[in-house]
Amino acid sequence: MAVSADQFDLPRVLDPGFSRADRIFHGSARSIAILVLVIFGSIGVFLGYQAIPTFHRYGLRFLTEHDWNPGLNKIGISATMLGTVEVALVALVIAFPLALGTALFVSEYAPPRIKSTLVALIDLMAGVPSIVYGAWGFFLLQPYASYVGRWLHQNLGFIPIFKVDTDPHAAIWAQSRYYGSAFIAGVCVAMMVLPIACAVMRGVFSQSPLGEREAAYALGATKWGMIRSVVLPFGRGGIIGGTMLGLGRALGETVAVAIILSQAFDIKFRILESGQNTISKLIAERFGDATTVQLAALLTAGFVLFLMTLLVNTIAAVFINRSRSGATTEI
Amino acid sequence: MTVVQPVTSPIDARNVPAPAEDKPRPLRARTTDDVLSVVGSFLGSGALVWLIYFQILPLSGVLGFLICWYAAFLAMFAGVTSLSHPKPVVVSRLMGAAITGAFVVVVGAVASVVIYTFDKGWHVLPHWNFYTRDMAGVGVRDPVNKGGILHAVIGSFEQVGIAVAVSLPLGLITAVFMTEVGGPITRVVRTVVEAMTAIPDLLAGLFVYVLLIVGLGMSRTGFAAAIAIAVTMTPIIARSAEVSLRVVPGGLREAGLALGASHWQTVRRVVLPTARPGLATALILAIARGIGETAPLLIVSGASTFTNANPISQPQNSLPLFIYQAVRSPEPLQIERGFGAACVLLIIVFILFAITRFLARQRVGRS
Repeated sequence: MAVSADQFDLPRVLDPGFSRADRIFHGSARSIAILVLVIFGSIGVFLGYQAIPTFHRYGLRFLTEHDWNPGLNKIGISATMLGTVEVALVALVIAFPLALGTALFVSEYAPPRIKSTLVALIDLMAGVPSIVYGAWGFFLLQPYASYVGRWLHQNLGFIPIFKVDTDPHAAIWAQSRYYGSAFIAGVCVAMMVLPIACAVMRGVFSQSPLGEREAAYALGATKWGMIRSVVLPFGRGGIIGGTMLGLGRALGETVAVAIILSQAFDIKFRILESGQNTISKLIAERFGDATTVQLAALLTAGFVLFLMTLLVNTIAAVFINRSRSGATTEI
Repeated sequence: MTVVQPVTSPIDARNVPAPAEDKPRPLRARTTDDVLSVVGSFLGSGALVWLIYFQILPLSGVLGFLICWYAAFLAMFAGVTSLSHPKPVVVSRLMGAAITGAFVVVVGAVASVVIYTFDKGWHVLPHWNFYTRDMAGVGVRDPVNKGGILHAVIGSFEQVGIAVAVSLPLGLITAVFMTEVGGPITRVVRTVVEAMTAIPDLLAGLFVYVLLIVGLGMSRTGFAAAIAIAVTMTPIIARSAEVSLRVVPGGLREAGLALGASHWQTVRRVVLPTARPGLATALILAIARGIGETAPLLIVSGASTFTNANPISQPQNSLPLFIYQAVRSPEPLQIERGFGAACVLLIIVFILFAITRFLARQRVGRS
């Protein structure tokens, strides 16, 4: 009677802690993950560190000057930044409807038997190297796109961005004035943006709840009615996230843009006119023959590009994560 | 006081329909009206636009014709449908046609990329020397039966091989950490990895340039290129490996732990083998991306014309770099060589994707 009941009933410790092997496993996995984190975090830090001397030397003029003329000690990226955004926006305007349509087709309209083949086709499209798209854009797309450019100029030329400094109705038209424009580069970049945006959208669409789809049909919805009221609202996060991810890719696309665009350092909003520049093209073309000062300036331009894409990608990641379903699949 | 009771219909009790009448209505079936209105509008609008576009108006150009045809098709399809259907059905069919149209445009564009590349490059492909010789001492105007891309192929394979050796362990272990180990920093790691998946590949080149060439004083070599490729591949592997680890059923993990296995044993003997096809797919997708990576190589790898199998000294060429320089050359023969190399690169990518398809099918068979 001396021993009280609760002394016997002490619960056994259920969590004995991890064995030594597990602690090693956890520790090494965590340290590798931290290493990866440090490596990728240091990309920004390193580029930012290299940017300091340039900002010391040129100050904020680096961001507002449009010319890149090291001989005159005039170095700035305002025109280049504008060109980067223009090419990316053209790419997005073209890629967004096509990516949305393709994602809806694959997830809703395609026969179930060929669905996995179509998914693989989109993956394959993302896997085609950008240099191949660039060569295609330069040699095949450019002549056709210049006709489209002239048509836009003829019919929508009153809108300032579609203006070109030439006579669109001339008997022998100056086709080369339409070559190497932000528009053509944007069309080519759209080909690379499209599969990325499409893959994200399709992934979200295919997760939309079956019960709600059937409920929509049961209430008498047509196929499009069901898509509009169930699939699109459910996939909104994926649509925004996929588009932003594509925008991030479009901002940084290098080789295709470098092949197609003809270089110019003017601030211009005329997307159909020959001559434009992007940050990545600037870096790729001027890197080989750059002096130390110019090299630092190019690295600074790279840092600005890094910040732009990081911002866009982080917004994309937030939207995609918000639309993600549960952590693991249960049996 | 109201008690909800199951409503029993008097019809149920009296007259139960025979099972034979209970055939489900086919949901995906197309009616004759569906098929004929599409086909009729397609042909009718094509004929009408052909007549107006080519015969009456002084217009030309295949692209304009196709665009006008599609617009006329949509209009005619809407008109035909509205004769016998209410507005929601008209809207639904129009959207279906627009969505299918977007898909056709995308497939057509991809097909034109592939077909055009092979069309421009196939002259070069039958020449055996294209695969067994390099460009050392070969001028850009020499015919295609001289010189080849052996140096670029060797460089590409070596660089991607080193990149895989670096990025596979890093990416895979990061993915294992994110799904299996976890902890307070998981969110940070995942956010950074996802943001880095889409970071411009050019910046990977700049980073490696700053770190290895400026910082450590190395010269431009194949090794620096390989590290730059590894920087772009690691987030891709980590991200897609995480996806395939996450779909491993939680019940399998719990079964492993319940049988007394340690966490490490469970991960090694249960989780990783279950996810193996997905992990292989992640690796191959990353290789396909890595082998076509051009932008970082412009910065960190000098291009050589001779065969250099040693990645840690001397510049080393690679397939994307060779294509980039060849298609920018003004010489038609060199451009042709560039397209030939592009065909080789595309074939390599296609083979890698065929392997992923094979592995993906295996996963379906096993589960």
